[in-house]
Amino acid sequence: MSTREAQSEGLPVSAQPPLLQIENLTKVFHIRQGFASQDFHAVDNASIVIDSDKPEIFAVVGESGSGKTTLAKMVLGMESSSEGILRYKNRVINDISRKEMRSWFYREVQPVFQDPFAAFSPLKRIDSYLYETAQNYKMVADKKEAPRYINEVLSAVGLTLAEIAGRYPNELSGGQAQRVAIARALITKPSLIVADEPVSMLDASLRMSIVNMFRKLKEDNNVSVIYITHDLATAYYTGDRIAVMLRGWIVEMGPTERVLGNPLHPYTQNLKSSIPSIKSEEAWDEKVDLAVIETDEYTRIGCKFAGRCPAVMDICHDNVPPSVMHEGRSVKCFLYDDAVDAEKKRMLMPAAL
Amino acid sequence: MGTIIETNNLRAYYITKAYGVERTVKAVDDITLRIQEGEVYGIAGESGCGKSTLLRILLGAYQPPLTVVGGEVIYHLEGETMNAADMTEEQQRDMKWRTISYIPQGSMHVLNPVRRIRDTFHDFISAHRDVTKKESFQLTADYLRDLGLPEKVMASYPHQLSGGMRQRVTIALATILWPKLIFADEPTTALDVVVQRGVIQMLKDVQQKEGSTLVLITHDIGVHANLADRIGILYAGKLVEEADTKTILENPRHPYTRYLIESLPSLDSREERLAIPGRPPALDRPPSGCRFHERCPLAQEVCKTIEPALIEIEPKHFTACHVVEEELSRGGEHVYA
Repeated sequence: MSTREAQSEGLPVSAQPPLLQIENLTKVFHIRQGFASQDFHAVDNASIVIDSDKPEIFAVVGESGSGKTTLAKMVLGMESSSEGILRYKNRVINDISRKEMRSWFYREVQPVFQDPFAAFSPLKRIDSYLYETAQNYKMVADKKEAPRYINEVLSAVGLTLAEIAGRYPNELSGGQAQRVAIARALITKPSLIVADEPVSMLDASLRMSIVNMFRKLKEDNNVSVIYITHDLATAYYTGDRIAVMLRGWIVEMGPTERVLGNPLHPYTQNLKSSIPSIKSEEAWDEKVDLAVIETDEYTRIGCKFAGRCPAVMDICHDNVPPSVMHEGRSVKCFLYDDAVDAEKKRMLMPAAL
Repeated sequence: MGTIIETNNLRAYYITKAYGVERTVKAVDDITLRIQEGEVYGIAGESGCGKSTLLRILLGAYQPPLTVVGGEVIYHLEGETMNAADMTEEQQRDMKWRTISYIPQGSMHVLNPVRRIRDTFHDFISAHRDVTKKESFQLTADYLRDLGLPEKVMASYPHQLSGGMRQRVTIALATILWPKLIFADEPTTALDVVVQRGVIQMLKDVQQKEGSTLVLITHDIGVHANLADRIGILYAGKLVEEADTKTILENPRHPYTRYLIESLPSLDSREERLAIPGRPPALDRPPSGCRFHERCPLAQEVCKTIEPALIEIEPKHFTACHVVEEELSRGGEHVYA
């Protein structure tokens, strides 16, 4: 079964065009060392569909250097794609350099970044970002109307204009600044927010307030969210569907409860068992192998996880595994490929975690 | 096993004076700690609660505006008892890295980007011991092999290594002289879960090999659960609860600790979890009475005016809360259960 068939099978069929359609998207970077040049695929053949009839939170998880941010940047038009097609509401958005295209696209799709203090200039009052966005995108007819509209948007993130008016970013806590960043993204009434590690700079206690807010935005404001993170626990908590990335590949994708509740790919199993548990009886007893050098895994010929996989087979070293549908999600692994000898697989199948 | 480091009523404030306005930030206020030899002591709390300030004082690596205004830090090292305030600069320098070591947070900024890893190790070892390059390379190679790091790390430059490998090299660097007392400041923050697990394993290995004492600072309770023997919870510059790890996780008594533990998302359930309301107070004007009372669901009149003392509510379990104290004196059921 091809990747595309696999994906279309796992999704509900809808009459409306999908909100976002990512088809076989690839990004190739060239590394030069002296005269030698090497290609490496930061994102390799990724296909994701986000439907428009029901808002959802789509989580993308993976280690650092797995291509999650490159994927987000391509969706946001901040990085060009090498191959593949990006469609938003049935319009191709691989190139959004035309002005009217840009203003349409950024009205619909808005980013939220990792570090709110890096996103706002320390020399500008933080509310000026809200006023500017509202005016640039003509969300308000005139200046007098702006405070009322901004206050309305801020209330969606649990703030009021009075709390932040005239203040500089350093006067706000990390959680508040991140809320303002999200409010700024909401000004244009987008249908999709791409949030790249929005909580990794925040404390555990503040994390939950931001993550709860994404859930609320989905329900109250009909906003879909692509939630990029390395934190599996919050991904499980918020995500309706999840894609697990490894060195540019999507190795497992499907409903969050299935993928993280019963992970099939050995890499997802490895990820899940590495979450530190606060229950004393669940402390780790076995050791975990780590990648030494990230580019070594990127340039591997066969499966990129073969070097660390506990269930590695001979076939994995030289061949790229296919994406197959298995138990309601797509898995990119030979263990679930019917063409591989069943007897051999049974011996190697890692115990369910 | 005795105490290796202790603080008595330690107070450390940031005192700044600008345009005639004096500002005092009470980052560490009246903290008494006894850290035992050979244990892993975890310090937990939100950002801005004084964790890193406390670490700086314990390490003796601070300068104005941070000032110790009261209390003392006492080391019991190599059979000697030393008060940090009486030590000369040479004594402190000699002690650092050799007997007291420190694992910083951002490994990216620690290793010299233009030197190979083995050269960084040589610089480090030769500052404390009289060794030739060959000897220090041998020492480094043996140590890295012991810790399960691959040989090729030695000849690499920092940028060639993955983030997790770099963090582990930093840990190896900080511990190669077998210090008795190791401080780790957020050693796993910003690492992803698989790498974090590798780093925790390595810290455990290093600590157990020589029976060193490890003081671990992180806001991540999950990391504490897997590494620490005892945990102290800091809130707004005060120690609010202290007990062994199991007690803290299974029977926390201070409302703040309960919030911290309950707000953790897990893979067991997707039910809505509440974040702690409000935010940590600014430490230049800390709230009166119990510093948590503005965010506390159980706050009573007494909490607003009188500061609760840290009391032992059961053997080796200390907490500072009026509500818990009152409950104990009545001998009744838990208010929240």
